[in-house]
Amino acid sequence: MTAAARKRGWRFAEPSALPGFGPALGFTLAYLSFFVLLPLTALTLRPWEAGFDHFWGVMTNERTIDAFKLSFGASFVAACINAVFGTVVAWVLVRYDFPGRRLLDAFVDLPFALPTAVAGISLAAIYAPNGLVGSLFDPYGVRIAYTPLGVMIALVFVGFPFVVRSIQPVLEDFDSEAEEAAATLGAGRIRTIFHVVAPALLPALLAGFSLSFARAVGEYGSVIFIAGNIPNVSEIAPLLIVIRLEEFDYAGAAGVGLVMLVVSFVFLLILNALQGAAGRRGRA
Amino acid sequence: MSRRSIARRDPPVLAGALIFLSIAYFAVVLLLPLATVSVEALRRGFGGYFQALQDPDAISAIRLTLLVAAIAVPLNTVFGLAAAWAVSKFEFWGKSALVTLIDIPFSISPVISGLVFVLLYGANGWFGPLLDKYNIQVIFTVTGLVLATTLVTLPFVARELIPLMQAQGSDEESAAATLGAGPWRTFFLVTLPNIRWALMYGVLLCTARAMGEFGAVAVVSGTIRGETATMPLHVEILYNEYQSVAAFAVASLLALFALVTLAVKTLLEAQFADELAAQRAR
Repeated sequence: MTAAARKRGWRFAEPSALPGFGPALGFTLAYLSFFVLLPLTALTLRPWEAGFDHFWGVMTNERTIDAFKLSFGASFVAACINAVFGTVVAWVLVRYDFPGRRLLDAFVDLPFALPTAVAGISLAAIYAPNGLVGSLFDPYGVRIAYTPLGVMIALVFVGFPFVVRSIQPVLEDFDSEAEEAAATLGAGRIRTIFHVVAPALLPALLAGFSLSFARAVGEYGSVIFIAGNIPNVSEIAPLLIVIRLEEFDYAGAAGVGLVMLVVSFVFLLILNALQGAAGRRGRA
Repeated sequence: MSRRSIARRDPPVLAGALIFLSIAYFAVVLLLPLATVSVEALRRGFGGYFQALQDPDAISAIRLTLLVAAIAVPLNTVFGLAAAWAVSKFEFWGKSALVTLIDIPFSISPVISGLVFVLLYGANGWFGPLLDKYNIQVIFTVTGLVLATTLVTLPFVARELIPLMQAQGSDEESAAATLGAGPWRTFFLVTLPNIRWALMYGVLLCTARAMGEFGAVAVVSGTIRGETATMPLHVEILYNEYQSVAAFAVASLLALFALVTLAVKTLLEAQFADELAAQRAR
């Protein structure tokens, strides 16, 4: 706020010569109220309408707890796998030149573009016991589809672009002088990568990890086909919402949804704090 | 240029191994599912494939998907333009909170995006009795599909435009206004040409997501065959009925559309890199 504005006292908006502030902001606020605020209010208030005991009953139900464990656990493992391979792919795309590099780069976003139901039935077909990959493992008694392993594979697919797309711009802008200085001073290539490059990439890696994790926790379409949805074994939390709704237990469905939202939110806050800390360390 | 710096060159063995690993990972994780769609769709030849696409329910699913996208995308485009105009051209209290609010739909599960409308407008919803009195049904109708799809795709256009328009500032618009151009003239002749590629990019991503959305519409649709089943929901119906070829045939159309989206997206990014907002991770 400028000094002049401060003298005039508090005002909602700075004066401007441009037209349309009122209508544009009014429309934006009305739209957001209708599509975001009102729905979120309902999600926050409705879990309690059948009493706290009902909410607690739904949440401490073994089936709910198992679904939450699977959703958060599989999402965490999938985000870890994506962090490793996403970093490798981003490195390869930025640092090396090889035929087909640009095509590969474009295909990174395939999981964003491919509708989740399409990915879902396709993954289910590949990893089913009679599928292309599933049949390789079936003779050894390893089942992929219809187990938590299948859930994780679907989550690896949907979360793949996030880490690559977070790291890529940082790697492209990375100051090569630090790397060259390390090499000149006699640090080996591996040592340079781990002590010079890695700390600079860490904040972006954590950001990509959180995005991949958050997406995986809420993912539905690509998971339900390969999961087989066996209660207590391969049933994910979002599916539980659908099941509660089908039983007309609105409070229960809203409760599961609210807890999912709050847990992911807390997790993202923690990762955000870590990212800030890593950023400060990387600069120091 | 940076690729040639000697100090930054990795040992060829390492480089080769990493490139091989990446390509293998791409092939198994990304390309295999894509290839499977076409192989499974053509399992009974082109005859079976086209027969599956000519099924009346499949055609009505295609129509419904286009209809829902044709309503949700323009809504979110107008919203994106209005929000970006307010946020980028004016200073007001609570602006950063508003920008955060716009991004919220990206961080909630699609299933929750459908659930909230059932909680509001379903038979047991807050406004259920009121709507019932006037004989209006939202859930299990096209209205519900549009609401859920709009919520899921709400941020796409706005988040492309806001950073770009903030970076561009409002000098050109101020000049136009000072020279006597009316609000609409200023917008169409000054602002729109400056943001057209980013706008197109946002609309493209919004459309792709709107047509492919599954979780949110699954909750509000009730999946009534031939009536409230969009293409992704129709894929689910067919798959659950073990009509694998038909399911993959409809899925192949969606996959084809995804590939076109990727191609146009890559083209826009390559051609208009400077004009697009520099935020690719989402």
